[in-house]
Amino acid sequence: MSLQERLKPKFWEEGNLAETRHRHMFNFPRIWKKTVLITAGVALIPLILLAIVDYQVTQSSVESENLLRTSRLVSNTRRRVSFFLFERRSALDFIIHDNSFESLMDSKRLAAILEHLKKTIGGFSDLGVIDAKGIQRTYVGPYPSKDIDYSKQEWFREVRDWGMYVSDVFMGYRNFPHLVIAVKHDLADGSFYVLRASLSIEQFNDLFSQLEVGGKGDAFIINGEGILQTPSLYNGNVLEKIHIPVPMYSERTQVLETLGTDDEPILVGYAYIQETPFILMVIKQKNELMGSWYDTRMKLVGFLIASITTIIVVILCVVTYLVSSLYMADQKRMIALHHAEHSDKMASVGRLAAGVAHEINNPLAIINEKAGLIKDIFTFKKEYKEDQKLRETVESIISSVERCGTITKRLLNFARHVDMNIQLLRPHEVIREVLGFLNKEANYRSIQVALDVDEDIPPFESDKGKLQQIFLNLLTNAFSALDDGGLLNIAVKRKNTHFVCATFADDGCGIPRADLERIFEPFFTTRAKEGGTGLGLSITYGLVQELGGKIEVQSEIGKGTTFTVTLPLRYSD
Amino acid sequence: MKILLVDDETELVSTLAERLEIRGIEAEWVSNGEDALKKTETQSYDLAVLDVKMPKIGGFKLKKILHEKYPDMKFIFLTGHGSEDDFKAGTVEAGVAYYLVKPVKIEALIEKIHAALGEHE
Repeated sequence: MSLQERLKPKFWEEGNLAETRHRHMFNFPRIWKKTVLITAGVALIPLILLAIVDYQVTQSSVESENLLRTSRLVSNTRRRVSFFLFERRSALDFIIHDNSFESLMDSKRLAAILEHLKKTIGGFSDLGVIDAKGIQRTYVGPYPSKDIDYSKQEWFREVRDWGMYVSDVFMGYRNFPHLVIAVKHDLADGSFYVLRASLSIEQFNDLFSQLEVGGKGDAFIINGEGILQTPSLYNGNVLEKIHIPVPMYSERTQVLETLGTDDEPILVGYAYIQETPFILMVIKQKNELMGSWYDTRMKLVGFLIASITTIIVVILCVVTYLVSSLYMADQKRMIALHHAEHSDKMASVGRLAAGVAHEINNPLAIINEKAGLIKDIFTFKKEYKEDQKLRETVESIISSVERCGTITKRLLNFARHVDMNIQLLRPHEVIREVLGFLNKEANYRSIQVALDVDEDIPPFESDKGKLQQIFLNLLTNAFSALDDGGLLNIAVKRKNTHFVCATFADDGCGIPRADLERIFEPFFTTRAKEGGTGLGLSITYGLVQELGGKIEVQSEIGKGTTFTVTLPLRYSD
Repeated sequence: MKILLVDDETELVSTLAERLEIRGIEAEWVSNGEDALKKTETQSYDLAVLDVKMPKIGGFKLKKILHEKYPDMKFIFLTGHGSEDDFKAGTVEAGVAYYLVKPVKIEALIEKIHAALGEHE
């Protein structure tokens, strides 16, 4: 038997049969399907909807959390970068206002200032004083460049117009990346001079090294043309151009979602640093940021799948169990109904038979007596005593009456037991009585019936009518399985002190193995076309159980079938 | 030995009486309970063969009256209804010797009569 067949509940095929044979019965497969669909729907639809909503809400909250964190990181960093530049610019501003042009012209003084700046604030590599004409008048630093004329340069014009200047990062003569901050001091006579300082970007870079950007994240500064001002981890080195477009100007910190160079989604947080050419950029790999979400998502989907599986399994089991119970109850009801119908029919047949038997019995008794009297007269009066023919005729009448008497007795006997009526019986006598009904058929079909009875069978307590039905059903069954000229062996044996068993062994066609398992099920018949109801053996089974016994069957195809009825010697309720 | 046969089937009971007479058993018959009671007032019988089903006074009722009046009288029941099994419970009833089912063989009836009276004697 395949797994599928073994799992298939009993009602599945029976239910379909019911459709055609017993229209009043329920269609169990349909009930099963409906119940499974409705319960699964009610249980699963809200679960799935909830899971979808939860999925989206959680995803968007994780996303917005990431945007917020990036934005906060960018804002904080911008503040630090601004402060870094502001601090150094303020220092220069203080110096230029605290010292007169003349004292700044003194290169020793300037060198001392540079030394103090390096010690306290740091990052300064040189200082220069430029007069209003753009000529560098004093310089302290590693690259002596006195008397350079800056008047034509862009930064000088800017510092002259705006009072201060912060340059892009550039290589310059020094051949290492640095930037320049310049501040102007207006004199009372309308003239001015400028203090210009170079800053190495190492300290600047240190600001980014401690940033937590995670995995393949990156933080750096570019200028308006997209040229890197600080080294980056994954977007090129200082003064190289980055591959992503320069973001639009905004006064506030912004976070964008876009595709990176390797087509992976990235979050770009940026901020324009006021009064400088710098744009702070923080790049984060979206997939890395969403890592925790992917874990949660896996858990959510796993939970959903596990829940759905559990719900479906539970629904299938429970519904199958319930519908099976319903099916069993319905079967029991049907059996009871048919049993009742059968008993009812038997009772009607019984009443009819009893009526006929009673009505016939009296005239029969009169015929019997009259014929007896004639016989007596012939026997006791000498003149007729020798008339052989007359006596034979009378004998024949009497024996025919006796036969009729046997028939009416049998009818009455058979019809009487509808209710449970326990009495002392001998099983073989009951079998003989029942065989009386089948003698004619046995003779016509030359079926040989052998009855073998153990000597020591004691009378036992049972219901005669029910026993007759059991034996009649088994005998009828055996007769229909037998071919003409077949052999039916009936044996009555004492099994032990409590049980007696009767076996009915025919040498007929036998029963296939698959049918054998279902032979006592109600409505199971292989002779539906010949009008078999499939109830005979089921009722027999019920009757044997009622009497406290059991019935078993063994069969081999082509060799025959043996039914064994085991009955208790003493009946107990 | 004197026997009274009571049965509403007069044809049956008269023939039965005649057959017993032929065999040397003194037998009289009546067709109902009232006649039986009248008859027993004037004559005494050793045994009565009663039909179970009779109009007015049935076999069992008749048996009860007769048994009270004549405790020594024995009874055999004849019935066309059912079998001996039906009356098994009744066998312990006082005075009842046998139940026989119609149609009954005359030899069997005589045997039972002898047996019933033999026990008595």
